[in-house]
Amino acid sequence: MSSDAPTVRPPAAGEPSAGVRRIGRLEPAALFGVMSRDIAIFGRNWPSTTFSSIVQPTVYLLAFGLGLGTLIARVGHVDYVQYVATGVVATAVLFSSAFPGMFNTFIRWQFQRTYDAILAAPVDVEELVTAEVLWISARASVYGLAPLLVGLAFGLEPEVGMLLVVPIGFVTGFGFACFGVAIAAVAKTIDNFSYITSAVLTPLFLVAGTFFPISKAKNEGLWVAAQFNPLYHCVELVRNATFGDLGPADLYHAGVLVGFGLLMWRLAVSQLGRRLID
Amino acid sequence: MPAAEPGTAAISIRGVVKRFGPITAVDGLDLEVPSGVCFGLLGPNGAGKSTTMRMLTAQSLADEGEIAVLGYPMPKDSKQARLEMGVVPQLDNLDVELTCRQILAVFAWLYRVPRAEHEQAIDRALRIANLVSRADTIVRDLSGGMRRRLLVARGLIHQPRLVLLDEPTVGLDPQVRQELWSLIDGLREAGTTVLMSTHYIEEAERLADTVAVMSAGRIIAQGTPGELVRAHAGEQVLEVYGTPTQLEQITERAAGAGWSSRRSGPALAILRAETLDGEAPDGVMRPANLEDAFVALTGEDIE
Repeated sequence: MSSDAPTVRPPAAGEPSAGVRRIGRLEPAALFGVMSRDIAIFGRNWPSTTFSSIVQPTVYLLAFGLGLGTLIARVGHVDYVQYVATGVVATAVLFSSAFPGMFNTFIRWQFQRTYDAILAAPVDVEELVTAEVLWISARASVYGLAPLLVGLAFGLEPEVGMLLVVPIGFVTGFGFACFGVAIAAVAKTIDNFSYITSAVLTPLFLVAGTFFPISKAKNEGLWVAAQFNPLYHCVELVRNATFGDLGPADLYHAGVLVGFGLLMWRLAVSQLGRRLID
Repeated sequence: MPAAEPGTAAISIRGVVKRFGPITAVDGLDLEVPSGVCFGLLGPNGAGKSTTMRMLTAQSLADEGEIAVLGYPMPKDSKQARLEMGVVPQLDNLDVELTCRQILAVFAWLYRVPRAEHEQAIDRALRIANLVSRADTIVRDLSGGMRRRLLVARGLIHQPRLVLLDEPTVGLDPQVRQELWSLIDGLREAGTTVLMSTHYIEEAERLADTVAVMSAGRIIAQGTPGELVRAHAGEQVLEVYGTPTQLEQITERAAGAGWSSRRSGPALAILRAETLDGEAPDGVMRPANLEDAFVALTGEDIE
């Protein structure tokens, strides 16, 4: 073979050996390594990923905004089309975070065995999950802007606060991507995801104040339920940021989203860890 | 070959037990792999080799016993141990959508190769695996042999001093197997410690300095291939050919006389034939080999 056969480092006795670096927790190199793989794959399939993440919420926006908009002119001081455009941001973030969280995790772990390869390197489950989820949420935060861009075409006023949609989408996407990873870890087969899609994700996005104001609903239970829906808090934040209405209540919304993200993160790490390490 | 540090085993496994539900995959395993050797873990399918390999990277956790890799206790310091070793898995887990170079770049990050040395490390790994001309080919378009070589290159990107090879040539055709053998031999020449699991006897015989025979989750014999053959199959083997009925009679006779024997295709092989004097049936004498020892030890038929 080649003369480039590896040479040996001086054998070490094991304990933090001289010349070999001591490895830490959540190392940037590990996170970036896992993400560099995602980026390389994204470089190949970005058209399909982007298409589905943008077109779906846009269709909702057009159908509800223009369709239902003929019946409803305004919600509060906002045009209905603009009301929906801001609400659908959360939908776009949800779809582009929860689905990759579920499907990518399951496929890479069960079918492609990619995670086995990564965990044989000096990477632990916490780094693996964190890197995957950071990448998904970064992407989702950008996709969340798509409905706003469509909204601008329908007369939405550009507002500096709109830039906050990116961090809001990031935090929301982080939580839902982690949720997806945790679901993938407990799923027996990939078909199990249809339970989650119909019984969890669909109600979440319908009862989030996306298409109608939760506070105006006759049923008070709906309002109470919405408090437990992270997507509702995302919708509220996005609207307040976009229409320049940010106030103290938004600290509560942001707090819920951050709490949801942290909780789901720990859940994703522990659940996937339980399955990847036997 | 650089001298191994005295008293330091590259891998040390003591009393390890691993159960999966009612199945005990590894059952009181003791194993010591010295530095600088190519160590073969030989055993039939289901002997617990792959489980053992997974425990060495802490991807599987032992229920009982102690494991140290490069002196690091497992699983406590497993990440540190993984930083200093390379792993070539039995199952192909390459990213089929990426090119060889892209895959090696990802693992250069994961193995903490300094950024400035990435290019060099990738080129080096490509050369070792003889994949320079395929650097920018997508894995999906590589042949089975190339994919296996890429798996090896991926595990060597950071020049580890210990390499784990889990069934490195399983499912490959003979010519590709030869290529991999020279690659593994090159590693050993360079002083890298290699632990290789295999169920191919020829592979262990050709490559390993020391062979441990594993069966039902534990080591049942260990030594150089030559030592194992002498200890468990003797010097010579007598192969007796005949019809099935004749072979049955001879098998009975052998059992009655206390000769150890085994069926070997159309023949009956009588081990330690050098100790038979005069009373031996007619047959062909040949030198004993590792296969004889392996079958005598495990009672397994080979493929």
